[in-house]
Amino acid sequence: MSEREIMEYDVIIVGAGPAGLACAIRLKQLDVINSTNHSICIIEKAAEIGAHSLSGAVIEPQPLDDLLPGWRDNPPSMCIPAGEDVFLLLSKTGSRKLPTPPQGKNHGNFIVSLGALCAWMAPQAEALGVDIFPGYAASAIHYLADGAVGGVIIGDMGVAEDGSHKPTFVEGIEIHAPLTVLSEGCRGHLSKQLIEKFALDKGCDPQTYGIGTKELWRVAPGKSQPGKIQHSIGWPLDNKTYGGSFIYHLDNDRVAVGFVSGLDYQDPNFQPWEAFQQFKNHPDIKPLFEGGEILSAGARAIVEGGYQSLPTTQMPGAILIGDAAGTLNVPKIKGVHQAIRGGMLAAEHLSETDGSQGFDKKLRASPIMAELKKVRNIRPGFHRGLWAGLFNAAWETISLGYSPWTLKNRSDHTALKKLNDYTSPERNWIKRDLAPRDRLASVYFATTAHDEDQPVHLKVADTNICITQCTEEYGNPCTRFCPANVYEIVADEAGKRLQINAANCVHCKTCDIKDPYQIINWVTPEGGSGPNYQNL
Amino acid sequence: MKILVGIKRVVDFNVRVRVKPDGSGVDTDGAKMSINPFDEIALEEALRLREAGIASEVIVISIGDSSCQQQLRTGLAMGADRAIQVDTDIHLQPLAAARTMLAVIETEQPGLVILGKQAIDDDNNQTGQMLAALWNRPQATFASKVVVAGDTATVTREVDAGLETIEVDLPAVITTDLRLNTPRFVKLPDIMKAKRKPLEVIAFTELAVSNDNNIQIDHYAPPAVREKGIMVDSAAALVTELKSRGLL
Repeated sequence: MSEREIMEYDVIIVGAGPAGLACAIRLKQLDVINSTNHSICIIEKAAEIGAHSLSGAVIEPQPLDDLLPGWRDNPPSMCIPAGEDVFLLLSKTGSRKLPTPPQGKNHGNFIVSLGALCAWMAPQAEALGVDIFPGYAASAIHYLADGAVGGVIIGDMGVAEDGSHKPTFVEGIEIHAPLTVLSEGCRGHLSKQLIEKFALDKGCDPQTYGIGTKELWRVAPGKSQPGKIQHSIGWPLDNKTYGGSFIYHLDNDRVAVGFVSGLDYQDPNFQPWEAFQQFKNHPDIKPLFEGGEILSAGARAIVEGGYQSLPTTQMPGAILIGDAAGTLNVPKIKGVHQAIRGGMLAAEHLSETDGSQGFDKKLRASPIMAELKKVRNIRPGFHRGLWAGLFNAAWETISLGYSPWTLKNRSDHTALKKLNDYTSPERNWIKRDLAPRDRLASVYFATTAHDEDQPVHLKVADTNICITQCTEEYGNPCTRFCPANVYEIVADEAGKRLQINAANCVHCKTCDIKDPYQIINWVTPEGGSGPNYQNL
Repeated sequence: MKILVGIKRVVDFNVRVRVKPDGSGVDTDGAKMSINPFDEIALEEALRLREAGIASEVIVISIGDSSCQQQLRTGLAMGADRAIQVDTDIHLQPLAAARTMLAVIETEQPGLVILGKQAIDDDNNQTGQMLAALWNRPQATFASKVVVAGDTATVTREVDAGLETIEVDLPAVITTDLRLNTPRFVKLPDIMKAKRKPLEVIAFTELAVSNDNNIQIDHYAPPAVREKGIMVDSAAALVTELKSRGLL
């Protein structure tokens, strides 16, 4: 292989999400104040900024006020002040209003689309002199001779499925920088490698996750009540499965609806995407969507481990911020404000020291960590089921997180039970008729696109395990937890085999997390591939 | 020889377009925008002609507001030498677009103009033909192969019956079909180089081009939704159902 072309920067940021963009913007602002100059680039695998960003999203505005004073005069395209908060407990046929927990009160917050927020932040970063490169995937880490991180390697383009070079082949370049900021979001594939290589998770609990699925609807005129925020727990989940729904009423008859299932679920037969659809078709929920039209859909894993699962966020030559580190606040179901704060903190650190050393200490002493510490016991409290979880959550809330104990997190893939060891609860899920009909129809609304003639980007280490051991032990849960129907067990003349429909992938990372054998490795496909989310 | 390539900013082909509820147009809020794929092919062909030593300069031109500079920069990153944005907020129809192109051609005097056969947003397939007529030069539309030698271009066209090969004197207008080539990927360092390439902005009003709209758009509507089918369990039931609908 020829020598790769090299570009050099002072700081490389991987991922143009809220954390990465905030870091770039803040560092450039500090450059102006301190008369310094950092050359900064942001690498983003989505074809456009925001096209892979998916979140609820109700955001706390304080960090934005700090980062971009005056932003309220020039808000992102989707930005609705929070109105009434509603918290429901669903049964199969009915619902009951519960008092809104203090973390769930949203007065003063805003409902936004994370994708639109990022698309709005990016030009502001560019105006300050940041180079943003959407459509390019940082596929590997460039290591220095001493083992430190020295930058990233951009994925090659124009590689055929069999690995040969197509006429359009372009070798990815190397980008070198004294400091690499990983803001890839939840379960970033480079972050994952670095956490392992530098043993950053030594001494903390395993990271835990949820899978969120979301749709944007245009409802029949008059049904949307802009600003209304509704959350629910209960049906269609059984008491052992953590999760719940959100419905955010937007402007122009638009409504965002979504469902999050904790990936620590035990039932090998559980189908998170179907749970979402069941929720939408609940008798008290369905009327909102009847007569409406689905506009877009998508899915993304959410980092839930919080305080006790936060890895060391610094290593030689690089730092982790945002959901790549894991700063999301689960009881608030909000990560954007934490991500922006984390990005700003990283910028302030870089402005002072120009290195990774000392960042982790700063983060742990920051309000970001204080916020996580306060709520640390709420999520793991649900390991013992919904009622124990709610009781514990009430205690932790009243005691302001001053409990003298810290509950443990356990890894999600080990939570899955084997078919023989688990009796799936009778779910009594209903026949449903709201769009989309199935996961393939849903992928259509994610407008995901991958050139079919490229190497499969979901690397399964040993597909023999799939059809022998896994079929028997777990019944191939990948065919159920994937929200995009990427994994199928097909039978042909040669017998049963795993078929990977990689072109359907919406880059949610659930398979990488939940696969009980941990043999699925999500790697970056050709840059610019993947979903093209609009306003998610 | 200079080659002028037209580039239109359109909703990306991967995006599912939706008609606005009031029927006034297509909802582009948050939609990914790209170079019209046929125009990208036109640019690729021009770049190949330059790389083969036939052309000396490739100029990309787009008509629209400042947002189309994004697509022009992509064109420059692909390898165009310079770019021209004819700045206007008005959505020009094909005839006005052809007139605008002609006004620029009069200044630039290109030896060849390559355009996409149509834009994927309005599917008009008119601008190239209209431009050739206004310019009073030959046209070779739906090109799937282009060979330039001296003052002529031999162009293979995709027509209904198969392939047709014609020879045109230059300067001429060529419009591209899908099979002409596969556009290249943009190399990351070339994005940086593109930032330093010249991008000239000309006010549409400066060109003194008439913008008489010959076509008035009444409204937009999505295709009718197919009605839900029913499952029948036997041939007899099928016959009964067909009869009840008066289809048998």
